[in-house]
Amino acid sequence: MQQRNRLEPYFENLVFEREDNTMVVNFGPQHPSAHGQLRLILEMDGEQIKKAVPDIGYLHRGMEKMGENMIYNEFLPTTDRMDYIAATANNYAFALAVERLLGIEEKVPRRAKVIRMMLLELNRIISHLFWLATHALDVGAMSVFLYCFREREYAMDLMEEYCGARLTHSSVRIGGVPLDLPEGWLEHLNWFLNKLPEQIKLYEGLLTENRIWRMRLEEVGVIPPEMAKQWACSGIMLRGSGIEYDIRKEEPYELYDEVDFDIPISDRCDSYGRYLLYMEEMRQSIKILRQLIPMYKDTEPELMAHAPEYISAPKEDIMTQNYSLMQHFVLVTQGMRPPVGEVYVPTESPKGELGFFIRSEGEPYPYRLKIRAPSFWHTGILQDLLPGHYLADVVTIIGSTNIVFGEIDR
Amino acid sequence: MRPYRPKDNVQKKSYYTDRFWVAPRIPEEPVEDEIFKADLRTLKKEIKVKKAYIQRGQLVIIIDAKDNVKALQVLKEKCGYDILSEMSAIDYLAQDGEFEIFYQLLAMSKRKRVRVKCRIKEDEAIESVEPLFRSADWSEREMYDMFGIKVNNHPYLKRILMPEDWVGYPLRKTYPLHGDEAAQWYEVDKIFGKEYREIIGPEQRDAAYISTTDTCNFARIYHEVPRCADPNSEPEKIESFNEDAPLVETFDLKKSKIVDKTR
Repeated sequence: MQQRNRLEPYFENLVFEREDNTMVVNFGPQHPSAHGQLRLILEMDGEQIKKAVPDIGYLHRGMEKMGENMIYNEFLPTTDRMDYIAATANNYAFALAVERLLGIEEKVPRRAKVIRMMLLELNRIISHLFWLATHALDVGAMSVFLYCFREREYAMDLMEEYCGARLTHSSVRIGGVPLDLPEGWLEHLNWFLNKLPEQIKLYEGLLTENRIWRMRLEEVGVIPPEMAKQWACSGIMLRGSGIEYDIRKEEPYELYDEVDFDIPISDRCDSYGRYLLYMEEMRQSIKILRQLIPMYKDTEPELMAHAPEYISAPKEDIMTQNYSLMQHFVLVTQGMRPPVGEVYVPTESPKGELGFFIRSEGEPYPYRLKIRAPSFWHTGILQDLLPGHYLADVVTIIGSTNIVFGEIDR
Repeated sequence: MRPYRPKDNVQKKSYYTDRFWVAPRIPEEPVEDEIFKADLRTLKKEIKVKKAYIQRGQLVIIIDAKDNVKALQVLKEKCGYDILSEMSAIDYLAQDGEFEIFYQLLAMSKRKRVRVKCRIKEDEAIESVEPLFRSADWSEREMYDMFGIKVNNHPYLKRILMPEDWVGYPLRKTYPLHGDEAAQWYEVDKIFGKEYREIIGPEQRDAAYISTTDTCNFARIYHEVPRCADPNSEPEKIESFNEDAPLVETFDLKKSKIVDKTR
């Protein structure tokens, strides 16, 4: 590499090496298709990539360190900032991990479970729409971007109506959900669910048989099943390689074993196959949401688990009963003290397997909190995936891995 | 007297713990699950298993650190644990002078998860499992970056999240949340050089801090100066208020009204 000299001009993005005929191109970290702050150091022979070295860490905020210095409830809003496209998925993964650590997973009321699942699936739709929009824009289809963002706006309005926030939801609490669904929310959801399938058909009409789209995506970014396993791929990156594994189905949490849905898989292994899966997953999410509406109506109005040692009593009890108030005060100022032990809880976030590993020493602060973010490995795979492809395909491949830098760097 | 704070763990602590508080423990159940039992039997034939139990539905196996590659190889090739979904370390330097390293494995065909744990001393290195699981490439780099644990035979053991010239290992318990001294001056040292430390001054990290010399963003009550003026200049004299002026100018008894006392 060139040494920096303040007197000489310094070409940050290009390094020519004279001995062999390769050129080193610095892709990012400010590249618009790098989906955040990805720096790729590409060694190229003409247009073809010989070697790729992803460089991450530009968005590192030390979340695991912060987690060790916060009580459990304090950390929950921080998880919003990981995968900021689908914040509820992170909140939920963390809440579930703490619940399993506490052993109160079974005590979460049914209504809270239904609401959580609704929010999760809505977030999956939001995330997939966002992925389609930005991916299509990267590849060059401008109008899809606008259409997708229009529908995403309706979904975000639903989120806003429920929790007041559009991106950083914090809409799940440890032990349940904070609020019941507002008046008329289910009707709005129903309206959205009726509207979305025709819109998905519209996107597919624009893309699926589009000659340019297929030429850019087919046979690009081929991940053989063996490579997907080696790199611990999860979510659509794994199912796009023909391996059927969805944590919602295989290790069901919440009420996923009560609803009926399919796991689409594709053995094409390329970006096009993954695109097809995203479209199908949105349909499956709609299917799940449709089943959840009647399930919600059969539930009792309880929202938070009854576990006075760990979870504050409902507001009404706090305002009327002295002991509940005292407990609430201790839980807010000192925090809950989970039992000594460790737990690793995987969940299926829109990006893949999002897991939290928590080691507790019986203190109100976790002793170690490790976040297993799927995008971390989906970025690592780029160093095996990119060589042999052309520079123009890099954008397609980064797009189809669906990485978000908030959760890679954490 | 200032309260004693341990230097080997500077993370936040609970400020009050009941004297008689005994933390409950998550039970470590015996291995009775058929699939786990068979896997454990296969593993025990090859290596020495120190302890094995089931916690919250996942098998936890504790082994010697030197057996880590062998153990993972047996689990991968004979028991079908084909995905290394996570690995990292836990800092127990303050308690035992050791790191605990854990490998979180998943067998997709059996839907089972296993956690393999081993302990190493602070100055020891661990053997890389990258030849078995490619995903360990980045996880081991992250572990090295965050804890300073050296990994033998790793293809490219460099820092991954922190800059390459970073000093210290952020996830160790001795590393403060706000960073050590090198972290505080990192940008100044890098961009301007060490000699500029005094000119630029330390970074202000307190969100509630109000500078008394900053007259652009904060007004100094009772010492007001024009906006962005020199903070040492004389405060503005307010001419409009005359202390000798009477508060009530004239009082005319005829114009005033006496309120009925019996109201």
